[in-house]
Amino acid sequence: MKKRLAAVAVCLSAVLIFFALQALLTPKYITEAQEGNLLAEYYDSGKNHDVIFIGDCEVYENIDPVVLWREYGISSYVRGSPQQLIWMSYYLMEETLRYEKPDVFVFNVLAMKYGEPQSEAYNRLAHDGMRLSGSKLRSVRASMTEEESFLSYLFPLLRYHSRWSELDKNDLKYWFKPAPQISCAGYLMRVDTKGIDFIPPGQELPDYRFSGLCYEYLDKMTALCRENGIELVLIKAPSLSPYWYDQWDEQIEEYAEKNDLLYYNFLEMSEQTGIDYMTDTYDAGLHLNLAGAEKLTRLMGELLMREYDLTDHRGDAAYREEWDRIAAFHDRVKAHQEKELAENGYLSGFTYFED
Amino acid sequence: MSFTSFSFALFFLVLTLLYYTVAGKKQWQLLLIAGYFFYACADPRYLIFILVTTASAYLVTMRFTALRRELGRWFDEHPELTREERKRYKEKTASRCRKWLLLAVLLNFGILFTFKYLNFFLVNLDSLFGLFGGGLPVTSVRLLLPLGLSFYIFQTIGYVADIYFGKYEAERNPFRLALFVSFFPQLLQGPIGRYNLMAPTLFASHAYDSKAVRFGLQRMLWGYFKKIVIADRLIKPVSTIGGAPEEYGGVFVLLGMLLYAAQLYCDFTGGIDITIGSAEVLGVRLSENFNRPFFSKSVAEYWRRWHITLGTWFKDYTFYPLSTSKAMMKLSKWTKGRFGPAVARRVPVYLSTVILWLATGAWHGAKWNFIVWGLGNCLVILISQELTPLYRRFYERFPKLHRSRFWDGVQVLRTNGIMCLLRTLDCYASPGAAFFAIGTIFTRMNGGALTTDALLELGLKPADIAVTAVGVLIVFAVSMAGRSGSVREKLARLPAGVRVLLFGALFFSILVFGAYGIGYDAGQFIYTQF
Repeated sequence: MKKRLAAVAVCLSAVLIFFALQALLTPKYITEAQEGNLLAEYYDSGKNHDVIFIGDCEVYENIDPVVLWREYGISSYVRGSPQQLIWMSYYLMEETLRYEKPDVFVFNVLAMKYGEPQSEAYNRLAHDGMRLSGSKLRSVRASMTEEESFLSYLFPLLRYHSRWSELDKNDLKYWFKPAPQISCAGYLMRVDTKGIDFIPPGQELPDYRFSGLCYEYLDKMTALCRENGIELVLIKAPSLSPYWYDQWDEQIEEYAEKNDLLYYNFLEMSEQTGIDYMTDTYDAGLHLNLAGAEKLTRLMGELLMREYDLTDHRGDAAYREEWDRIAAFHDRVKAHQEKELAENGYLSGFTYFED
Repeated sequence: MSFTSFSFALFFLVLTLLYYTVAGKKQWQLLLIAGYFFYACADPRYLIFILVTTASAYLVTMRFTALRRELGRWFDEHPELTREERKRYKEKTASRCRKWLLLAVLLNFGILFTFKYLNFFLVNLDSLFGLFGGGLPVTSVRLLLPLGLSFYIFQTIGYVADIYFGKYEAERNPFRLALFVSFFPQLLQGPIGRYNLMAPTLFASHAYDSKAVRFGLQRMLWGYFKKIVIADRLIKPVSTIGGAPEEYGGVFVLLGMLLYAAQLYCDFTGGIDITIGSAEVLGVRLSENFNRPFFSKSVAEYWRRWHITLGTWFKDYTFYPLSTSKAMMKLSKWTKGRFGPAVARRVPVYLSTVILWLATGAWHGAKWNFIVWGLGNCLVILISQELTPLYRRFYERFPKLHRSRFWDGVQVLRTNGIMCLLRTLDCYASPGAAFFAIGTIFTRMNGGALTTDALLELGLKPADIAVTAVGVLIVFAVSMAGRSGSVREKLARLPAGVRVLLFGALFFSILVFGAYGIGYDAGQFIYTQF
């Protein structure tokens, strides 16, 4: 009996050490690749969103939910991650439904251009922050490149074990606690400006058709939303790069029409958004800065209110408390970045943290 | 399914649970199924080869048995036969057996030759014809090279030869023989087993024995430490140095030699530890393949302590049959008349040694590097043998030195130096490149080139250097501790808490410091390629 107890104690200790080591060695995404924490932040948010934006950097750097709250009383969240592939987006929608049922899912269609797994680094940035679930595992399976191992997503220590020689103070500081908040309801803010006065041309492609796999997942998204009585809106954010081809746009228009979905290509709506690429982008057209994001979100809010008659929650105390907190954080980040910009003339990244 | 893959861990776990759940006879049957499954995981087509080898061994050894039984019956029925007549019948039977043996050898070595050496042979034949303005219409054939082919063919031929020489009875159950050929832990890189040594534990019924399982797991863990923490970490620097002899000459060649010694030792002994350990978990005892070879005081001794089962295989099935063959005796006699008894005594031994080393070299791979490497070993051993009288005189003159630890150390260093030089042939594309690299040690040593940046370029970050150094020190310390008896028995005498800490530390050091996953070259075991 004593021996058995000792064996159980040893096994338990081994498991504890394993998970402690795993927690220590898994990247905290504090000083580098902070986008790795974006998806994780969702779990701490109130699960009462009217609208959930899903997609890559074209949503989490271009859509500012605080604007939707302040100007329309819409409660929204951006579930975005870098180079989010369409199957990741689908499984994120699936996972979101475990927590809440929004009125609208807005999906940015740039992901349609990627018909196969792309890069381990982006896969990690997307999945490391996700909680363990069937959706996450299916997303991992769909996204893995050939060199990756499924088991290492279940036990990240198997992937990150070699970080032992790169550990820094943040790894110790956030060993057993979550990384500090960086986003405002999933939005990653930048206030600096780097304009562009022309549209970078796209290179000619041998084939403009989206892959069958992408359509398969777009169909799944459409079906998932229908089954759950959720509206699906397709958008193309007004980022100039990567180039969005007319042929791609036609395919999305055709799909939207066929499936009775709304599709907004904001690249063609600069008159309505008022986006000026000389002032409203921080990296020459790839992503919008705060000014650009506010303009785009404002129009987005108008369209959503018009099309779906969403409830204005600004008078609802249950919403207000959380949104006041998010908006305050939003303003502190903005103030911090503006100060840093004024002092240094540049921003060193999404640098605002508070514990 | 590599030993270092997660799928192997799962396979082994499930197998072990099943193994101790099923009773008695079913255990070896389960091992047979597991062996075929394990092999088929690499490529299902490989099964054809292992089946052909097994079937040929079974049929031929059964034929030996039938012929000998027939002879016995004949003698029983004819007691009137004279001694001469009996001898004649015996020879006739022996001759028929010899033909069957030849058939098995030709078939299996024919498979080995075709799939492992045919392209090498064609290319060289083409070059030879090229010297006379000719050439072959085909110089390369795309062929599958089944994993572990050299290992299980050697093991099987050893069995057939043992039965031929009447060392023990042939196995009558083809499935049991099939298990002997396909026992999964040793399938890919040995040790090359002997049937009479393996059979008692391979086919026995095993009840769960916690000590055997614990010892087996400990040995596997130790193997994984050597392979994953040390050997795989050294893949990149060794291949970088070996891949660019022009760029990495002089001091880098010396560094490469040392790193390759550590890599090869940890890779092969690590693999064998996993093999023997996993067999031990299942209650099966396999032959040891190493006996602290780096403590050898001569190259001959080194080869008695490194890859022991291959060395004894060649000694038993090549060297002895060759050096004692009638043809060799005749040759010896012929030389005695012309060159005297000293030469005549050497001819069978030296000629057999040369053939043995040519074969050993070729066994390691279809490359001139290995042929030259084999002959290099042979040359060193023969020279050393020729110098024996000289050494003896030297030791008589300096008896104290001979018995001193200092001299032991000098001999160990000398042996390792020679082995490092010979192993250089493994690391370079051709013997010429290897000799060029060795030459640069003398022509442009340039120790100053060994800067931190240069090491970084080789893939040796300070952290990697630290892990490798500590790892090698631990391996060395364990080797030293092993000189006075089994290390595991010594550890078993330690308090349970200390053991748990030690093996826990070993386990977690593999997990954390192991060179596996993305960012590291996935390291196949070096010897699975031989």
